[in-house]
Amino acid sequence: MIPAAFDYTRAATVEDAVTALAGAGDDGKALAGGQSLLPMLRLRLAAPAMLVDLGGLTELRGVRDDGDALVIGAMTTHDDVMRHPLVHEHAPLIAQAAETVGDRQIRHLGTFGGSLAHADPAGDLPGVALAMDAVMSVAGPGGMREVPASEFFVDYFTTALGPGDVLVSVRVPKLTGWTTHYEKFHQLAQSWSVVGVAAAVRRSNGSIAEARVALTNMGVTPVRARGVEEALRGAPATADAVAAAAGRALEGASPLTDGTASAEYRTQLAPVLTRRAVMAAGGL
Amino acid sequence: MTRITMTVDGVRYDDDVEPRTLLVQHLRDRLGKVGTVVGCDTSNCGACTVLLSGKSVKSCSVLAVQADGADVTTIEGLAGTDGELHPVQAAFHESHGLQCGFCTPGMIMSAVDLLTENADPSDAEIREGLEGNLCRCTGYQNIVKAVRSAAESMRASVPSTPESAATTEGVTT
Repeated sequence: MIPAAFDYTRAATVEDAVTALAGAGDDGKALAGGQSLLPMLRLRLAAPAMLVDLGGLTELRGVRDDGDALVIGAMTTHDDVMRHPLVHEHAPLIAQAAETVGDRQIRHLGTFGGSLAHADPAGDLPGVALAMDAVMSVAGPGGMREVPASEFFVDYFTTALGPGDVLVSVRVPKLTGWTTHYEKFHQLAQSWSVVGVAAAVRRSNGSIAEARVALTNMGVTPVRARGVEEALRGAPATADAVAAAAGRALEGASPLTDGTASAEYRTQLAPVLTRRAVMAAGGL
Repeated sequence: MTRITMTVDGVRYDDDVEPRTLLVQHLRDRLGKVGTVVGCDTSNCGACTVLLSGKSVKSCSVLAVQADGADVTTIEGLAGTDGELHPVQAAFHESHGLQCGFCTPGMIMSAVDLLTENADPSDAEIREGLEGNLCRCTGYQNIVKAVRSAAESMRASVPSTPESAATTEGVTT
């Protein structure tokens, strides 16, 4: 299986990439690590006329400390993200989830920004970005703009990125004093999540002061489980309280049926995984 | 056509390629490196694994143009110039880490990559490290045994560094 023919250009700068993508309009596609795009090209699920390779943009790789946040370059590979000391220190939820993406070979090439821009409902990092209140820095024909995760994922495999837009970096607020966990359920031979739950918990004096919970693959976009968060705010840090709160995991969710699992199956799974995720995040 | 330069198994190649050419096609059809095989064609099985700038990748899911300027190592580049097998190849032979053999090139390349990072993996770490490679004969027991055995022989052949020697001394005294 060979991709349909396309024109190819290797961007030397972000501005180059924006210009090339804007010129190609809806027929253009940015190539990051290619670990989702290449299989789609080969299956001819996608056939862009122009591929703009971001692989040479070394300024988009790496993680830096920016005071109260980390800034993760969009072209940083999963392998680099999951090993980065700053990510381990300030955003261990991202390191934990990145380690579950694909397999070793895929993590060597697949990128953090690529996963977010691809916006596969079964991808793990969009849900994690949503739970972390990450903010995307996007370069476009009109200049730079910031898009919060809550507005970035708009539909099935669809983000707020338009023609000519390039995801440059992701700003992840440090969660100081929080503990986190990513709970993932998947088939052994496939690393896509059937359902995943990203949880962050801040405990205080035997209770849960605040929690953040986002669900993977419980809708066409990742879903922030606001009902669970509301139920956990100020709740005692006990298994019973967490189980009760997890019962609200389906508020706002609208799971799909696909080749991996039925919507009913996911409906059963989400509250269970939410309970496990919050328990583990809270050290309970 | 796009001009690319690639060093494959120590030899430099300059070629004009169609941008849609996959790295595995380029290796096999243009450069004759048929030791790297195409298995599933869907980026699941890992049979086509090669090292790209020292890291394992599935060459069916990389465009040849993405590897421009890179150093590629295939299964054909592992043995010494005198034909002496790489320790991982030798271990797969000794431990019979194969049944039909189709997954073997990819298994060996992934194992080489894993052992570069972790010189002494547990069985669980070996299984996890090879999660991107499928053996449809389900010959995993001997594959794990081969990787464990390769790790042992590779550790034995590497002289300990002053730091690791100091650590060992610290533990034993």
